[in-house]
Amino acid sequence: MSSLTTTPVDDAPKYNFDIVKYFTIATVFWGIVGFTAGIFIALQLAFPWLNVEPYLNFGRLRPVHTSAVIFAFGGNALFATSYYIVQRTCRVRLWNDKLAWFTFWGYNAFIVMAALGYVLGQTQGKEYAEPEWYADLWLTVVWVAYLLVYLVTIIKRKEPHLYVANWFYLAFIITVAVLHLGNNIQIPVDLTSGKSYELFSGVQSAMIQWWYGHNAVGFFLTAGFLGMMYYFIPKRADRPVYSYRLSILHFWSLIFIYIWAGPHHLHYTSLPDWTQTLGMTFSIILWMPSWGGMINGVMTLSGAWNKFLVDPVLRFMIIAVAFYGMSTFEGPLMSIRAVNSLSHYTDWTVGHVHSGALGWVGFITFGSLYYLVPQLWGRKELYSLKLVNYHLYLATVGIVLYISAMWVSGIMQGMMWKSYDSMGFLQYSFVESVMEMHPFYVIRALGGVLYLSGALIMVYNFYRTIKGDVNETEFSEDGVPREHMYLKGAAA
Amino acid sequence: MSFLKFHAKLERTSIILLLLIIVTVLVGGIIEIIPLFRMETVIEPVKGVRPYTPLELAGYNIYIREGCYNCHSQQIRPLRDEVVRYGHYSLAAESMYDRPFQWGSKRTGPDLARVGGKYSDGWQVAHLINPRAVVPESIMPTYSFLAKSGVKTDDLSNHLKTQQFMGVPYSDEMVESAEQDAIAQATGEERTDISGLQARYGDKVKARDFDGNPMLVSEMDALVSYLQVLGTMVDFSEATKVEETAP
Repeated sequence: MSSLTTTPVDDAPKYNFDIVKYFTIATVFWGIVGFTAGIFIALQLAFPWLNVEPYLNFGRLRPVHTSAVIFAFGGNALFATSYYIVQRTCRVRLWNDKLAWFTFWGYNAFIVMAALGYVLGQTQGKEYAEPEWYADLWLTVVWVAYLLVYLVTIIKRKEPHLYVANWFYLAFIITVAVLHLGNNIQIPVDLTSGKSYELFSGVQSAMIQWWYGHNAVGFFLTAGFLGMMYYFIPKRADRPVYSYRLSILHFWSLIFIYIWAGPHHLHYTSLPDWTQTLGMTFSIILWMPSWGGMINGVMTLSGAWNKFLVDPVLRFMIIAVAFYGMSTFEGPLMSIRAVNSLSHYTDWTVGHVHSGALGWVGFITFGSLYYLVPQLWGRKELYSLKLVNYHLYLATVGIVLYISAMWVSGIMQGMMWKSYDSMGFLQYSFVESVMEMHPFYVIRALGGVLYLSGALIMVYNFYRTIKGDVNETEFSEDGVPREHMYLKGAAA
Repeated sequence: MSFLKFHAKLERTSIILLLLIIVTVLVGGIIEIIPLFRMETVIEPVKGVRPYTPLELAGYNIYIREGCYNCHSQQIRPLRDEVVRYGHYSLAAESMYDRPFQWGSKRTGPDLARVGGKYSDGWQVAHLINPRAVVPESIMPTYSFLAKSGVKTDDLSNHLKTQQFMGVPYSDEMVESAEQDAIAQATGEERTDISGLQARYGDKVKARDFDGNPMLVSEMDALVSYLQVLGTMVDFSEATKVEETAP
């Protein structure tokens, strides 16, 4: 761990970059754990003998996978990048070292606490809000510390203007706090038991859960990661953000409209129709701010499109934004009641989530980390840009396999459930639809393996970069890239 | 542009920015959630829906603990194929005692909102022990350990008390006799007196040795008792008549 404490580049002593390093390493670590867990549970669906009762059954491991990728991988990435960006754009050291370090250890302790709970059977049974009351309370303490560190740093800033990336991080931090408190109003059975009951039941419980659930996507997996987009794409491309005015419009419309979209998870259920209709309407409206943001990110490259061709790191980030655009078009489509009557409860939803998670959240994080690691450890460039390219190709093919398998299986499932024979009876029993899924579950797992392989290449690349190695076939001794076309542009 | 000037000012005062963000994100939630607490319009009262018995509640908790909701929904939508496949569409009142709701979001396995009474206890037990013994193509994990582990009954009073505090109509008597009711329900009327249980929860309560093992009140007993009550509380013969006479 000694390399973790070396002081990094340029005006470094002012800044607390050590904490960013720790969060960066935690991000990579949890990413590998989360992807591996995902492959394992994907294989369990294809080969049920992989379930080991009781602790390693699908039902207990699925939350381990979702929490590991969303909260552990995504969460640590958000901490790392927000702490880096807020210092850089405010030109001031992160406020209160001790509290900042508490957020690192406290947050990662929360992850371990939650995951152990699932495997041992402590869960609230609400998707993406599974941690029981004791872990929820602990997270609340950590999150208040996070807000304080972030907010006081902003208040003490030396830069008069507050850069747009910070608005998104601020909205992410405060809204996640609101959602977390709102969706976890539980009363424990007694203080020595991990078990609690939710104060709300049935319809209200469902609505509050999906108000939370959809905005975990909107604010945890979107707003925060848009902060990365707004900082790292301009940085890597060496271009200003396309439009400041569009940023303002993007920001306020996105955070206002996202909140309403939750009820599209509850179409045709016992939730009142008016709520469903409101949710659907706002989900469709949401398409606009989402694409406004996408345009702002992609158009940042205008006048510098050659960099997309030559720099694999920038390519990662731009493809991430393209996946963001695709997912935020598919989402409103699926929120339309008629489409939802087919897509809901099927693998199509799973595919949709993963085009967002693997394509958008994953790729923007990888791109940001590829930019960040050489900066943090004071290296001129990554060990190898060729390896970044391999990662990109493997991961992209992996995603394509994953989402197309889920499109086919999801739509097939939906159609089979709704098929009638000539006599007007249902044509297929439920288990016949299960049997048809098998090949697609195998393809999906294969896609996951490719995605994980790419991430492992990244780990190796980071290891060599941090060690201070330079790939001699790509760079000369003083760090100047050799003649390969894509390398020349990258280091420029 | 004055708007840009205004925003430039706003960005510079962090606390105001923070407060404005909070207000902006609260609007949608308030409008969609608060009206749902007007119970009389959201949940039409239905005859027959009652709080879970202690044993069923223990089963509900096992259902959550094992993450069954990850693959099974409990919400039949008013669509032709679902009503044909699973039965009458779900009513809001039917999940009013689920804390949290179990509507689910994915059907890797079939919907369970009305699974109660569809299969025998023996089928349910055999299926949970090894799903592929009865449905060879199933991809469900095995749950044989449930038959071997005793269900925790000594803290059921606390569970009921917590729910009573939240407004679930459990009487003090129900809270006090929670443990004995759970044991009675898993034992059945041939071998014990279930009159107390029936007096408290109604004659329709199913009391029998669900897992077929009289030596142990197991987690299997609890889970099967829960599965067997799902969707059976409401008597739809009345409701169907209304629908048939509708224009």
